Amino acid sequence: MFADMIESVAKILFIFTVNLGFFAPILGWVERKQSALMQDRIGANRADVGGFTIIGLFHPISDAIKVIMKEDFIPAGAEKLLHTLAPAISLIPAIITFAVVPFGGQYELFGHHVNLVIADLDVGILYVFAFSGLATYGVVLAGWASRNNWSLIGGLRASAQMLSYEVAMGLTVIGVMMVYGTLKLTEIGAMQESLFHWGVFLQPLGFILFFTCAVAENKRAPFDMPEAESELVAGYFTEYSSFKFVMFWMGEFLEIVTIAGLVTTLFFGAWHIPFVSDSALVSFFHFAGPNGAAVLAMLVNITTFFVKVCFFIWLQMTIRWTLPRFRYDQVMKLCWKMILPLSLVNILITGLVLLNG
Amino acid sequence: MPETIRDLSTEQMVINMGPSHPVTHGTVKFLATLDGENIVDLKVDIGYLHRGFEKMCESGTWQQVIPYTDRLNYVSPLINNVGYALAVEKLIGIEVTERCKYIRVIASELARIADHLTNVAAGAMEVGAMTAFLYFVEARELVWDLIEALCGARVTANYVRIGGVKNDLPDDFAKRTHEVFKRCHELWADVDKLLTHNRIFIDRLRDVAPMTGEEAIALGFTGPCLRATGVPYDVRKAHPYLVYDRLDFEVPIGETGDNFDKYLVRMEELKQSMRIVEQALNRIPSGPVNLDMPKYRWQSKDDIYNRADSLIFHFKTVIDGIKPPVGEVYLAVEGGNGELGFYLVSDGSGKPYKCRVRPPCFPLTAAMPRMMKGRLIADIVPTFDMINMIGGECDR
Repeated sequence: MFADMIESVAKILFIFTVNLGFFAPILGWVERKQSALMQDRIGANRADVGGFTIIGLFHPISDAIKVIMKEDFIPAGAEKLLHTLAPAISLIPAIITFAVVPFGGQYELFGHHVNLVIADLDVGILYVFAFSGLATYGVVLAGWASRNNWSLIGGLRASAQMLSYEVAMGLTVIGVMMVYGTLKLTEIGAMQESLFHWGVFLQPLGFILFFTCAVAENKRAPFDMPEAESELVAGYFTEYSSFKFVMFWMGEFLEIVTIAGLVTTLFFGAWHIPFVSDSALVSFFHFAGPNGAAVLAMLVNITTFFVKVCFFIWLQMTIRWTLPRFRYDQVMKLCWKMILPLSLVNILITGLVLLNG
Repeated sequence: MPETIRDLSTEQMVINMGPSHPVTHGTVKFLATLDGENIVDLKVDIGYLHRGFEKMCESGTWQQVIPYTDRLNYVSPLINNVGYALAVEKLIGIEVTERCKYIRVIASELARIADHLTNVAAGAMEVGAMTAFLYFVEARELVWDLIEALCGARVTANYVRIGGVKNDLPDDFAKRTHEVFKRCHELWADVDKLLTHNRIFIDRLRDVAPMTGEEAIALGFTGPCLRATGVPYDVRKAHPYLVYDRLDFEVPIGETGDNFDKYLVRMEELKQSMRIVEQALNRIPSGPVNLDMPKYRWQSKDDIYNRADSLIFHFKTVIDGIKPPVGEVYLAVEGGNGELGFYLVSDGSGKPYKCRVRPPCFPLTAAMPRMMKGRLIADIVPTFDMINMIGGECDR
């Protein structure tokens, strides 16, 4: 019982450290450096401590200090309560959706069973959809409570876009559920031990559709209609400043991580290294004794998982800085007339293959 | 039943786009009446950059107008310089030297390249393609370096003089231009790859704000926006000035006049302009760049300091200004956005009696409501960018 508690707390602390302590601040820097690399620029490199700039890595810290010092501005006539609440409503789902994403397998450690996921829920993927659906409220309320026409249009666009893509995204993963026969992300991950059982080979169309929907759900370019800066100034967060603005911003970055985690788990073998089975990995480390081997295997699996996550983060950033923005009606058309029918076709084909096989 | 209708009825939203809004660069205001995302009505409110250019011109000498013209279309100031100087020369009835004509062509085309680069880049940025924007900004930097080598300034050139130019080409100009154009072609190819066949970009620009040739002429369109509708009108071909009739270049035209055609026309004109500069650099004759007419163009500083007659002419032209004969003249050049016309009236004194500019982007901006009614609010972005409204020129 006590060991379970320690395990849970350790896992929660680990994910909090990695997501909020590492990814959320560092992704701002990555975004700037990656865009700079793509655009023949140098990027952030000026913040220094004692003359050392370490390729601009102090920028997240200076950004944070700057943001906390800013005036917390609430426009006159705004709904104060909702205006304050909205950023939290959009940040919290982004933090807690990662709870069901497994970042490693299951191990026997000192006679204790360790399962590297914070919450191994039976509903698994549905939990993710439920909470990303909640995030819509944050955006809509932000747009509505700001008492600004641009915010309002941004909020309306966001609600329509996020709800539409929620539907499409749900349908795109049904194929995966059918193939693996479970909603539990840990089980889906465990079944991808062999490279040929990776989701991307069993559900190639499902992967492309899911990834598109996920990026659209996160409202990043090319799907950043709700905040389209050339049309709507800054969309639903036009009237936000200081830490409330950062909460939206962090929510966006955490969603990038969650999307990368989900794509890795559903389609890219979760924590598995290609051609290396779990038992092979443990026996490779047999020199360290049974407990030592489990710890080493655990570390390798966690590293593998986060390397894959980093790759998909990089992919999302590259897309962000390559493609122009859609128009609002085109995004809707893409969702309802392209992705939705295609995901239905995907379900049909998957069903036919499963029936015959 | 009437109650239900009242409950369901929606209101139109009037929204102020600008004058300080990301898309209204050049400082303009759109008063948009929106029904959801659809534009029911659009009013354009210009004049935020009005500085009284035409009135200012009347209080300076003819020569002192040239720095003002830099501030008309501040993206391609050299063309404005050239246009004004040509108009004054036509009024006087003089023609500059052969070498000067070539230099002016080179300067104009460099300015046109900078103008089109800025326009296409900004258009890409506003629909979200930041990377393409920065590629063209690099190209523009390089072209600005050339302009800096030519006249010492990057933006407000103030290079052309009545009867000549400020200075001859620098020594290694041809070599530098060649290097810059090599890089520009590379960047052009990169942007072409990023945008021209990009489905999202095409969808955003295609079939937005189409225009027939007749309607465009009726509205007073000129330049790339008119050529995109399929009318091959280019002042450089229709009424050749300087040495354009001796240079080999093509005038690209579009078909539908929509935003994508405007984009394609500008992309092709970039290449044609580079071709013109290269030809001009190859064919440029040697000789003086300034007229030997001390009444209109100063002689060299050497002469001014050492010869009494030169000093007197210099004093007279600086203090009283050059004195074109009484009369009026209209002369147009092909600016970055279209026909840039100067209508000058002289009363024989040293100051212009009237200096009227026909700004190419004024009719284009005036056509915004016609192009935007019934479209989506997001369509304002590429449309307004592709007409390339420059506040300094439109409001003067």
